[in-house]
Amino acid sequence: MNGPHDLGGQMGLGPVAPEKDEPVFHAEWEKRALGLTLCAGAMGYWNLDESRHARENRHPVDYLSSSYYEIWIKGLERLLTRHGFVSERDLAEARAVDGAPQPKRVLKAADVPAALARGGPCDRPVGTPARFKAGDRIVTRNFSPTGHTRLPRYARGKHGVVEAVREGFVFPDSNAHGKGENPQWVYTVVFDGREIWGDDADPTLSVSIDAWESYLEPA
Amino acid sequence: MSHDHDHDHHHDNELDPMAARVRALETILTSKGLIDPAAIDVIVDTYETKVGPRNGARVVARAWTDPAFADWLRQDATAAIASLGFAGRQGEHMQAAFNTDDTHNLVVCTLCSCYPWAVLGLPPVWYKAPPYRSRAVIDPRGVLEEFGVTLPATRKIRVWDSTAELRYLVVPQRPAGTEGWSEDRLAGLVTRDSMIGTGLALEPESA
Repeated sequence: MNGPHDLGGQMGLGPVAPEKDEPVFHAEWEKRALGLTLCAGAMGYWNLDESRHARENRHPVDYLSSSYYEIWIKGLERLLTRHGFVSERDLAEARAVDGAPQPKRVLKAADVPAALARGGPCDRPVGTPARFKAGDRIVTRNFSPTGHTRLPRYARGKHGVVEAVREGFVFPDSNAHGKGENPQWVYTVVFDGREIWGDDADPTLSVSIDAWESYLEPA
Repeated sequence: MSHDHDHDHHHDNELDPMAARVRALETILTSKGLIDPAAIDVIVDTYETKVGPRNGARVVARAWTDPAFADWLRQDATAAIASLGFAGRQGEHMQAAFNTDDTHNLVVCTLCSCYPWAVLGLPPVWYKAPPYRSRAVIDPRGVLEEFGVTLPATRKIRVWDSTAELRYLVVPQRPAGTEGWSEDRLAGLVTRDSMIGTGLALEPESA
């Protein structure tokens, strides 16, 4: 979706403001927000792509005025209600009013180290050979899907060069919507800064994205 | 103390709306048996005390001192990094980007907050916030200036937008004057920002 999260090249958002000796968390609730998100995800009812879409699919005013863990919690509430684990009444009353299905898995404290060490690999075999090879000239598709995609707006309809063929990876545009993993080859594609931003761009700049095969056409 | 004064400091006490909202959600999930609150404690402890930029600094220091390891890191970063004991969540598919005299590398996630947790820990707030995500791809030199980094005008800048599941670790250049240093000592020069690309490795006199 052409949403508020797709920030590359937007202007007027202010200085970066790095914080010296920044703590890992800025409030106790941020710790719980991280843990809740990981624990709820470990139940196994949604994937990373659906999570990302639940976070990004917000009104721009809401998205841009929320801190990142705030966005995570709003996304998590949406996932939990969508999948029937939490009701609007639960949230309104701040307690468990309605019941919930018994989940497939509950992540126990003792299992956390192994779960974090395992992670969630997203590489998958692809049944067809890679369409492109390093050095190929490509043009990215120009599209405006209403659902989830990982092709940023600034990189649509742009000419670039394939720098590397990576592996097959789960395709987020379908996986976020329960339409299957449909793995595709992923490529690192490099664009000259001027191709993206115009003639006034920094002449020393190049930008790469990692693009699923269906985002690309031969040029 | 006036009532208004209390409200001005609401972030410090129980009335903080996000603190209340998260506590409510934890209460709901716990009483429904969907989560184990003790698991949250273990997750938090992992990223506060075990997994952080010291991991990445070890990788860089090894690459600086061991050419065979540096080659391995170029060819198969996930395996090379795992050989030092760093793997797992948000480090499943690693790539290393080596800075050179010609090119400086900078990593961003314009779409969300993708970051190599296994080697750098959790991302800093600025990495996840709109200013960095919007500007890194269009004005990297302006961003670097805000970090106190000025590169030569001819230095190429390569920005890596982490749009898929590959996670990038920048390998900064080894500072001059560190010949013969041990890996441990070198690791002390490798800052978190130097592995994102918003910084350079520290000079030896500052370590």
